[in-house]
Amino acid sequence: MSHYDEPRIAELLRRLPPAPEGWVRAAQELPLARLGLDDLVRRAEEDAEFRSRLTADLEAALREEGVDPRPEVVEALRRRFQA
Amino acid sequence: MSLELSDAALVARCRAGDHGAWNELVERFSRYVYAISVQAFRLSHHDAEDVFQEVFARAYQQLEKLRDDEAIRPWLGQLTRRLCIDRLRATAREAPAEDVEPPGVDETIAELDEAFAVREALDAAPEHCREVIDRFFCRDESYATIGAALDLPAGTIASRISRCLAGLRKVLEGKKPAASAV
Repeated sequence: MSHYDEPRIAELLRRLPPAPEGWVRAAQELPLARLGLDDLVRRAEEDAEFRSRLTADLEAALREEGVDPRPEVVEALRRRFQA
Repeated sequence: MSLELSDAALVARCRAGDHGAWNELVERFSRYVYAISVQAFRLSHHDAEDVFQEVFARAYQQLEKLRDDEAIRPWLGQLTRRLCIDRLRATAREAPAEDVEPPGVDETIAELDEAFAVREALDAAPEHCREVIDRFFCRDESYATIGAALDLPAGTIASRISRCLAGLRKVLEGKKPAASAV
């Protein structure tokens, strides 16, 4: 690949700008969605009592719902609730 | 994105349920998937977003079916291509659509494959190079903006970019072309 002079490298680098951050984050959270987190968020929006349980102790509330409160799960949910 | 893990190792970890590996896989290939839909197929922002999410959703579901873990990039490239065509067919339902692909798709994807190889070389470069090069060329930031963010004079940014590009050139001259998704 000896045709790589600096202008060509620059041109190729410009071809791959970052994808929008929100798209990347949503794709990264796909496995979490499969755990049923979307349902939890929906319930929290509709049910004030459930929401206050989640807010008071997210990890404990997740355990009660049968969801393993792994750090990435907890972090993703906190991010959703703050949005 | 870091290149500490090979593509094959990354795929294996994803299959084992490692969420951090999945994050890394999405990060590693997000630019490529995005570029194919927007540059090669010229999808609108909205359609490109749908295709982007669908590509990674299917990749997640079908990772088990990937026969060669090292071939994840061409596999994702093909998947993106198929979903872009589906999207164009759906929107062109009422128009005669023998061939919905815009002209030059193969050439653009070949160019993106090459760009990906350059990107990999950049990701293996030292952090001080990665950051300025990515900000300047990929995020289109000015010397002044980069200098302010990194607390460096604009002149230093310019000379660093020049040195880092020269370093990248040396690395790339010794590399073979990346496998094409086409």
